[in-house]
Amino acid sequence: MTDKELQLKSFALRRAMLNLIVGAGAGHTGGGLSCLDILNVLYNRVLNVSPQTFTSPARDRYVQSKGHCVEALYAVLADRGFFPASDLDTVCHYQSHYVGHPTRHIHGIEMNTGALGHGLPICIGMALAGKMDSAKYRVFTLLGDGELAEGSNWEAGLAAAHYKLDNLVAILDHNSLQITGHTRDVMSNEPLDEKWSAFGWAVRTVNGHDYAALTKALTDPPEPGKPTFIIANTTKGKGVSFMENVTKWHHGVPSEPELKQALAELDAAEAKLKEAK
Amino acid sequence: MSAPAPSMFTPAAKAMAEKLGLKMGRTNLDEFAATLEELAKANPNIVAVTSDSRGSGKLASYGKALPKQIVEVGIAEQNLVGITAGLAACGKKSFGVSPGSFLTARSLEQIKNDVCYSDVPAVLIGISSGTSYGALGTTHHSLHDLAVLRAINNVTVLVPADNYETREAIRFAARATKPVFVRFGKSAMFHLHQPETIFEVGKAIMLREGNDVAFIATGETVVHALLAAGQLAERGLNCRVLSMHSIKPLDTEAILKAGRECRAVVTVEEHMVNGGLGEACAAALLQGGVGKPFRIVGIPDEETVPGAQADIFRHYGISMEGLSETASALL
Repeated sequence: MTDKELQLKSFALRRAMLNLIVGAGAGHTGGGLSCLDILNVLYNRVLNVSPQTFTSPARDRYVQSKGHCVEALYAVLADRGFFPASDLDTVCHYQSHYVGHPTRHIHGIEMNTGALGHGLPICIGMALAGKMDSAKYRVFTLLGDGELAEGSNWEAGLAAAHYKLDNLVAILDHNSLQITGHTRDVMSNEPLDEKWSAFGWAVRTVNGHDYAALTKALTDPPEPGKPTFIIANTTKGKGVSFMENVTKWHHGVPSEPELKQALAELDAAEAKLKEAK
Repeated sequence: MSAPAPSMFTPAAKAMAEKLGLKMGRTNLDEFAATLEELAKANPNIVAVTSDSRGSGKLASYGKALPKQIVEVGIAEQNLVGITAGLAACGKKSFGVSPGSFLTARSLEQIKNDVCYSDVPAVLIGISSGTSYGALGTTHHSLHDLAVLRAINNVTVLVPADNYETREAIRFAARATKPVFVRFGKSAMFHLHQPETIFEVGKAIMLREGNDVAFIATGETVVHALLAAGQLAERGLNCRVLSMHSIKPLDTEAILKAGRECRAVVTVEEHMVNGGLGEACAAALLQGGVGKPFRIVGIPDEETVPGAQADIFRHYGISMEGLSETASALL
């Protein structure tokens, strides 16, 4: 799939995500839109996993540490055929396993997450198991920048470097906003590149909406003996003008007119991209 | 000048142990470490995870013999549980080993979510649990662990009373396909069981039959209940002693049977009286329609008295003498 084809897919994924959030009456809209391109590249270009190979010990592992953005993951997994797209109509409904955070009840999801600061330690265990078994799989996790205030991430930062886990990739959805406001105002965490470098990680910084750059950062060979930390600079609410960089869309649910406008914007952007050479 | 190490048993209790033919074994901690090493030598998939705790977990020998089957995470209990869960999710039989106080408080959320909710076959071992660290104070006590784990779905909670129960609990945990938590202390324990005893998770072990008072005890308090039953027998009372090694699942049937057949029930635990074995038994009895004189012996809801484990046990009546008195007062 070309970069352009993947980008075109992103419009359908964004529409599916917004529709399922409206159907659920809940969801993390802004963060879902910020990480959607990362997930699109991961599942369609990078991860060695498919609905058929999901139980294979050799598969790549992906653990979404920022579990609250599960709606983007649901949209991507449905598109990849892990479950029927019609399942998305049941998100957050009574007796539906499609709850507001990832669980292993859903085909394609590795671990139950949602409380922040849990994904990276779990992934270290997975990466260590891979090293012990001389397995070739890689382990990926997606972190939020607000999430980095959880101390467990920094415990894990030490351990991953200590064990030279070059089969581990942590991706930071660096949209710079969290539920209260700008991350720098809530709890400043910069300079992130220097911090993770100092912890012994190989740091790559990319535009988190640039398909070629994301692909390169996620597929370039790791620095031997070092875990990889990818700072993906993103825009919260990406793709919908009135949601971009607006704090309230952290978990805002669009009204019917807002949904209509958002879908229209996505349709227009998609049409424009289709016409572009 | 260091304080003299207090004995867990008075001379009278020691005499009763001798009369009952009890032989002193090793610590459950030593039994755990030896069992795990034996199992891990036979199963390269077993991995121990420690938080600077291989010394206090008696796993130095294990680490030397099986350096590729041990992961050190440093003093980072949240990371310990997350890594233990991740290893288990990728097919390892992982044992996270850390003092019970830190394991079940600092990393409770990781236990709840990464292990229990994610349903991975990880094992968590709470070493030096209860009041084992004695005079080190409340930071180092785990008197809440049974209560919090009882309130979390999808974990088997085992509290072995002696070396045999410890060995069997660890063997069970190594075979388990679901989360398991095991906690024990670091005092040498009397052997309590006959060779023919069968350890089964969810089934209490009857150590002594009787219909006057039933002692339902767990972990390292069981021996004191057994000694008390011996002392009460000399006063003409026949007391039942159950080792309730399995807190979850709980042997409700044995509890109801004890309640129906005995004149009174005394529960004993090295745990706060809130939310532990005693309240679990009370709920079982009440919901089963059994109302008998009933007492929970444990650590009350107060700042725990300073002292060694033996001092704390005696202070709160977890002793042959204390339990005899509590039981007698119920009749």
